[in-house]
Amino acid sequence: MATLDVKDLSKDYRLHSGLHGSTLCAVKHVSFSLEAGRTVALVGQSGSGKSTVAKIIAQLETPTAGHILLDGKSVARKGRGLTAYRDQVQMVFQDPFASLNPFHTIEHHLARPLQLHGKARSKREVRAKVIELLERVNLSPASDFIDRRPHELSGGQRQRVAIARALAPSPKVLIADEPVSMLDVSIRVGMLNLLARLQREENLAVLYITHDLATARHFSDEILVMYQGEVIERGPSDDVILHPQADFTKKLLAAAPEPSRNARFTSVAANYPTPSTTSQGENR
Amino acid sequence: MPEPINPESVDLLAAGPDARVAKGGGDSLRRLLTPKFVVGAVIVVAIVLFGIIVPFFTQNPRAIDNVGLTPPSAEHLLGTTQVGQDVFAQLAHATRGSLIIGVLVGALTLMLSALFGTLGAYIGGVTDEAFSLFTNVMLVIPGLPLIIVIQSYVPKKSIFLVILVLALTGWAGGARVLRAQTLSLRGRDYVLAARVAGEKRWRIIFVEILPNLLPVMSSGFVFSIIFAILAEAGLSFIGIGATGALTWGTMLANAQNGQALLFGGWWWFVPPGLMIALLGAGLSMINFSIDEVINPKLRTVNVAKLVKEAATA
Amino acid sequence: MNATSSLLTVSNMTVDYLGERTVHAVKDVSIELGRGEILGLAGESGCGKSTFAYAINQLLRPPAMITGGTVVFHDQGGEDIDVLALENKALRRYRWDKVSMVFQGAMNSLNPVMSVGAQMSDVFRTHRPEMNRSQRRDRSVELLELVSVDANRFGSYAHELSGGMRQRVMIAMALALGPQLMIMDEPTTALDVVVQRGILQEIMRLRTELNFAVIFITHDLPMLLEISDRIAIMRAGEIVESGTAEDIFFAAQHPYTRTLLNSFPSLTGERGDFIRSGASLGSVEV
Repeated sequence: MATLDVKDLSKDYRLHSGLHGSTLCAVKHVSFSLEAGRTVALVGQSGSGKSTVAKIIAQLETPTAGHILLDGKSVARKGRGLTAYRDQVQMVFQDPFASLNPFHTIEHHLARPLQLHGKARSKREVRAKVIELLERVNLSPASDFIDRRPHELSGGQRQRVAIARALAPSPKVLIADEPVSMLDVSIRVGMLNLLARLQREENLAVLYITHDLATARHFSDEILVMYQGEVIERGPSDDVILHPQADFTKKLLAAAPEPSRNARFTSVAANYPTPSTTSQGENR
Repeated sequence: MPEPINPESVDLLAAGPDARVAKGGGDSLRRLLTPKFVVGAVIVVAIVLFGIIVPFFTQNPRAIDNVGLTPPSAEHLLGTTQVGQDVFAQLAHATRGSLIIGVLVGALTLMLSALFGTLGAYIGGVTDEAFSLFTNVMLVIPGLPLIIVIQSYVPKKSIFLVILVLALTGWAGGARVLRAQTLSLRGRDYVLAARVAGEKRWRIIFVEILPNLLPVMSSGFVFSIIFAILAEAGLSFIGIGATGALTWGTMLANAQNGQALLFGGWWWFVPPGLMIALLGAGLSMINFSIDEVINPKLRTVNVAKLVKEAATA
Repeated sequence: MNATSSLLTVSNMTVDYLGERTVHAVKDVSIELGRGEILGLAGESGCGKSTFAYAINQLLRPPAMITGGTVVFHDQGGEDIDVLALENKALRRYRWDKVSMVFQGAMNSLNPVMSVGAQMSDVFRTHRPEMNRSQRRDRSVELLELVSVDANRFGSYAHELSGGMRQRVMIAMALALGPQLMIMDEPTTALDVVVQRGILQEIMRLRTELNFAVIFITHDLPMLLEISDRIAIMRAGEIVESGTAEDIFFAAQHPYTRTLLNSFPSLTGERGDFIRSGASLGSVEV
């Protein structure tokens, strides 16, 4: 049984321009399932509706139609039911600069979710758990970070704090909304590796939202391609990337920069020696 | 691994990323202590101390005497009014009066604008629409005629009525600013993250949003003080202020009525006028410094100094 | 006619941000750019690539200061121009005419209250005062069509155009005076990958047609590999490696270059491959 089921989700926005009104269908009849230990990637360009889907699942927006089932049961929209939902479903946001409150310390950011979901009560317990969370996301020694404010940390460090915050309630489902697109290029893969490890350790169901097909392929089991609010293609990652069916998917794949299939490089490959073993060790 | 300094993320070139809200905590405090701020703060603190402490040591400001309008002397440091009252004593007590008005109006205005601006904006929906409409109506109602109407209805014009009336006509501008800021903050990722974490609504307003509104609020508060003191001076001058109380405004009004200018009694109207100007300047300097902390783009860079330092380094 | 094939020689450029803590943003950087060459400048945020681009155009403002180095432009008319010594009128004549620039977020650099065509005509009004109104209009329309923007968009406003179109307009404006060098700072970062591909193809085609050189600044190394003749990798204010795109792709020497290459998983190769090295993504975490 799937951990999270999204069935026939739709979201319309009413736009007002003077006296006219029009409807923007941001999400149209989207369905998919998330299962423990598996990553589903939602791939699309800006305006495809993927972030709206994330916000609906995180219950930051209400859908116009369709429903969400957690462990087979319909989810509550308010009250204690909503708190119970938030116990299980958490989110990592895209912008590491904006997702932490500049006014508060790192400890505050992690302590609140711990307290709200009953993971720790006394001040000492909270602090111990905060340190534990920071160590889990490789922010070590935790004491270096715990009293700092967000602007004192780098983008990568902030994003790790955001991940730790999402893990504080020990959720079952993690929505990662473009978690690395605003980070420096050289740390992106490392961050995704971190998420992959945490997923394995916690047996999380992960929804990975991105515009980047390459990382979607490497870090997820299933890919859903979204275009203008609809899922136009879905399947196991390798199938979608290597044998795309839909026109738009083919267009996306053709547009992505990929030197290794560029004739310019393949034609001169023979002039260069095959990669030596030293390059394999430089994996940092 | 120590993180390298990131010059391109610092807002130094003309085309930079959006200015960030003050970063809270000790960092902002250090950035605040520029020469401009210190000068402003010194002026304000000096005036405040003058208003608090000196009245205990002066003569009775209301004691009339037969001497009439006399210039400054050893006995009366700032001379006397036309009915022989000691101007220095009046100034000290008037400072107290004006400051009380300023601070109380500032506080009341702050509370009202926070209520109608911030709360409405966060709750959203019908509440926001209603509060916003009310704010806009209050903004449009002409203040001075309203004050005149209210003051003329009430027979005893006390200092507290003036405070109330000034606060009621002055909160709307600040409310609009706070509403705009709150709407902007409401959609920020860290507020959304707090919601996803399960934080309750009222806690989000007070713990997540309000601290980030502090720079705007303190700037508004300081501005309200300036506004209140000047407005009170104006009201008193046209005779509908707190006529019984001792404030800079009533001093000026009395000086006008006593024809001090005609008789060359500069010691009567220059001191209160000067005090108003000084306090206004000091508060404005504080305000500009706060603005510079909020919006780094406003900071002025002393280029010549930097170049000289670089050359000698 | 300047016989040398070199268009721009930058020697030992050093830029500091003065302040309490002086930051050395660009440290002793030298590049040699050939005519019609596309040089890719790759690096992450903070490495100094944008500062460098601004410096060679004298666009830096205090507290940023050029504390060393020379920039020599080998004009095709024959003279060698010392760019950093230019001032006022001479600088204005140099700018946009010989070297133009497409800035980061250029799509948002269009004046929202003027039509796109009017802004293009403006360039001519400033730099080619001898042109009359209809000549300006004709030339502007010609440029728009050059970047595949329909002529009837001349009267459109910025908000009526898509992001990709706006970027094309910016490129058209940069091409208006027939510059010999275009500096492009992250021109496609905010665009969708399909639109991005279109813009890149446009740039390549224009370069072939008009033979201008390009300094292309971005963090997207795979993109640079596909379009550049040569690539320089910048880090912490220095160029750590430079060479032809093929050299960088097949035989990167510097560890940082390899790190960058390793940051881009291969789309179509073996699952777990980096774009070049064949090493698996492994489990090294940040």
